[in-house]
Amino acid sequence: MGSQASTLLRHEELEEIKKETGFSHSQIARLYKRFTSLDVNGVGALSREDFLRIPELAINPLGDRIISAFFPEGEDEANFRVFIRILARFRPISDKEKSKDAKGPEPLNSRSNKLRFAFQLYDLDKDDKISRSELIQVLRMMVGVNISEEQLGVMADRTIQEADEDGDGAISFTEFVKVFEKTGIEQKMSIQFLD
Amino acid sequence: MSMGFWPFDSFGSWMLLLLLVALACSKASSDLNKSTNSTTQHGPNAWFAAASSEPDERISVFELDYDYVQIPYEVTLWILLASLAKIGFHLYRRLPGLMPESCLLILVGALVGGIIFGTDHKSPPVMDSSIYFLYLLPPMVLESGYFMPTRPFFENMGSILWWAGPGALINAFGIGLSLYLICQIKAFGLSDVNLLHNLLFGSLISSVDPVAVLAVFEEARVNEQLYMMIFGETLLNDGISVVLYNILIAFTKMHKFEDIEPVDILAGCARFIVVGCGGVFFGIIFGFISAFITRFTQNISAIEPLIVFMFSYLSYLVAETLYLSGILAITACAVTMKKYVEENVSQTSYTTIKYFMKMLSSVSETLIFIFMGVSTIGKNHEWNWAFICFTLVFCQIWRAISVFALFYVSNKFRTFPFSIKDQCIIFYSGVRGAGSFSLAFLLPLSLFPRKKLFVTATLVVIYFTVFIQGITIGPLVRYLDVRKTNKKESINEELHTRLMDHLKAGIEDVCGQWSHYQVRDKFKKFDHRYLRKILIRTNVPKSSIVSLYKKLEMKQAIEMAETGILSSTAFSVPHQAQRIQGVKRLSPEDVESMRDILTHNMYQVRKRTLSYNKYNLKPQTSEKQAKEILIRRQNTLRESLRKGHSLPWGKPTGTKNIRYLSFPYSNQPLKARRDTRAAEFTDDDSCHPGFPPVTFSVQSRTRSLQERRQVQEAIPMKSFHRGREALNFDDQRTGQKEHGGRDKRGILKPKPLFHTVDEEYASGEQSEEEASAIGPRWTAEQKQKHSRDHHQSHSPLLQRKDF
Repeated sequence: MGSQASTLLRHEELEEIKKETGFSHSQIARLYKRFTSLDVNGVGALSREDFLRIPELAINPLGDRIISAFFPEGEDEANFRVFIRILARFRPISDKEKSKDAKGPEPLNSRSNKLRFAFQLYDLDKDDKISRSELIQVLRMMVGVNISEEQLGVMADRTIQEADEDGDGAISFTEFVKVFEKTGIEQKMSIQFLD
Repeated sequence: MSMGFWPFDSFGSWMLLLLLVALACSKASSDLNKSTNSTTQHGPNAWFAAASSEPDERISVFELDYDYVQIPYEVTLWILLASLAKIGFHLYRRLPGLMPESCLLILVGALVGGIIFGTDHKSPPVMDSSIYFLYLLPPMVLESGYFMPTRPFFENMGSILWWAGPGALINAFGIGLSLYLICQIKAFGLSDVNLLHNLLFGSLISSVDPVAVLAVFEEARVNEQLYMMIFGETLLNDGISVVLYNILIAFTKMHKFEDIEPVDILAGCARFIVVGCGGVFFGIIFGFISAFITRFTQNISAIEPLIVFMFSYLSYLVAETLYLSGILAITACAVTMKKYVEENVSQTSYTTIKYFMKMLSSVSETLIFIFMGVSTIGKNHEWNWAFICFTLVFCQIWRAISVFALFYVSNKFRTFPFSIKDQCIIFYSGVRGAGSFSLAFLLPLSLFPRKKLFVTATLVVIYFTVFIQGITIGPLVRYLDVRKTNKKESINEELHTRLMDHLKAGIEDVCGQWSHYQVRDKFKKFDHRYLRKILIRTNVPKSSIVSLYKKLEMKQAIEMAETGILSSTAFSVPHQAQRIQGVKRLSPEDVESMRDILTHNMYQVRKRTLSYNKYNLKPQTSEKQAKEILIRRQNTLRESLRKGHSLPWGKPTGTKNIRYLSFPYSNQPLKARRDTRAAEFTDDDSCHPGFPPVTFSVQSRTRSLQERRQVQEAIPMKSFHRGREALNFDDQRTGQKEHGGRDKRGILKPKPLFHTVDEEYASGEQSEEEASAIGPRWTAEQKQKHSRDHHQSHSPLLQRKDF
């Protein structure tokens, strides 16, 4: 750890990351420093325990799911590419990106990708739908102890009712997106990354 | 707001009764005073004299000697009255959100003043220069320094210093100069108020107390940066005004003030800096000394609060001796000391310190406000329309100028600039408080023939700002804040946006980012390497929370083992798959109520700076929330441990389903616990591996002794491995290479799974060592161990044990 953080990343890798995520050089360097400081065992990848060492995540109601999001299917370690790719979704959408339109692949931090990330927090079994049970799970995590099971169930039902348009009893991604079509969520899902 | 300050319910009527009694007492005492005054000419033997002058020279059975107790008696009555008023204030729930508590205190003061004036009583000499500066001021400053959340303070320190320092100076000189210009106008009859007087007045009137209004707009989502600016300003403002005040008084004492040369002015500036920095320096030294001493007090924890208070006070006194700024000294002492003292002292001492500090500062402030009320209703006023009105006007103007100008500059350097709305809030929160009044009251009359004018003007400004600004700032903030449309959000929106807030907070924590990362990092390294070793005790005592959790755990584990029935905690059972047949359409009222329930019960997003209330110590809701979350996670974890393969909704225990469970470290929830405590004061020790681990912790999924014994049977390695895979109900446990068997989960043994955990442990290298450790500690460590790669786990564990 130290000031040579960026030299530990090879230059080509750096360029690739830069292109893929849109972060600037210094932002990547700083995130790499953070990555290495989390990686106490020095293995070059983060395990779940490394994330759990962050105390605020323990008391975040969705802490576990957030951590799981860093571990794509079937893996237990998150290397730096994965790490920064996830963080890239939270980059604020700058104006010039908005106008880029459909030139090339969609940037990681597009509105649609942000929403998809949030959607994935609900949708554990990755069937592209938030089922009632998944919704109840998340509700339970986010809500205090005063709510009984039945109330939760009713709430979940109502939520699905509101959003569900094709009547399949679950919220699909398009329906999810539709909820936000009038609200600007870019601010909510963006973090100012420091240089 | 239509109800008066005295709620007319039963408590209120009792209070009213008490008030009347107090009134009667003071009236009686004042009468008595008059009468005893005449008889107590002879000193202590007065009552003898009185008795002997009676016709029958008997020893009287019943005597009344009011003079003896007058001062403490009245002071106590005042304080009690103010406390009763506060109780009433808080009983009526809406009031605290409408107006700052200073309003209440001022009104009580005015009431007492009215009583005293009405009964023509001579009020006790509570307020003179030495009493104020030596006894009343230090507790208030100490309290505000101690409760300052340190991390955001240091992160924003540049902005805060830039704002508080030059801000106070601009205000002081601006107001002073403008008023001087006004005084030059002959028509107002103020021409004998010269420049120095005006500058002095400017310096004392610019001392603000914005924290008093914080409680009012706490509910509006004011961002943390704003909080910090306001805190910081309060903290440093007093110090700077007093320093300025003293320097200007020194100037005034130089009789030939027409001959003030630039040299003197330069000397004044230099003195300003020396006084300020010197004070801070002494404060830091005393802070370290007291932190060091608390390292050794584990056997006599009763004196820990004493040490804390005495050293802080000492720092104040030493600084004052050397004509340095005692206020800045005591502030620096509190800020430095807090971090280390908190870790060293016992839980009860910690609570005592907090409460005692609040109490002392409350008492001081109450006394000052009451005294202010007393002097309001009195004969020593001088009213001059021009001076007073222009004072008010200039106060607002100059504050606006300083806010907008200084923030304009500092926004250029900030990563998170302050919006205009924030700046308006800062401008409007410039409420004056007890500090200004005290400084005005203590002006030496000999040097300031127009002192009464100053006092009157100060009082007017205070009343105006506290009442008018204090009451309207709440609605103003809410108005500014409610920029989103008033339409009700659908449940979906609300739920999902809250989810996103939590997500964002979580990702921010992962990034661990705050500004000045590098400086803070360096300081933290220095801190951990040197300071903590010196200043913090080596074996950290168990906090009561830990022992409570442990007891809870043990109890539940024993229950479970014995009866096999889960103890019924409401949230320990993950939702059953009860399907309501069909989805009924809900009526709008139901929807409304449901939405309300949802809004009120959803967990709040973690705020970085926890809310600060100057007047009481509310239990932090975030602590409760954190506790709930932690307990729930443990319980769900235990649940799934217990049930193993049969999760309620019947799917095979794919890790996918259980992904939301996690396996906290043994020391990590404790750290979280501590950090929620420390989070009040925001000390962020995240990710530092050297954090003193408390291995017997919250999450000892404690097996009772019987279970453990059961487990010590030999089980072949193979089944152990399988069992281990079976245990992989959590992704992270599959850190090992041999995890391929996710689908083998079904093969779980009927035996509760944790047995295999123990057993893996038993087969490990350190089994003997660990097995000898007692109870929860053992299992906790082994849990730790199990959660990692088998090989890797040993060394960290060893390290941890060494602590």
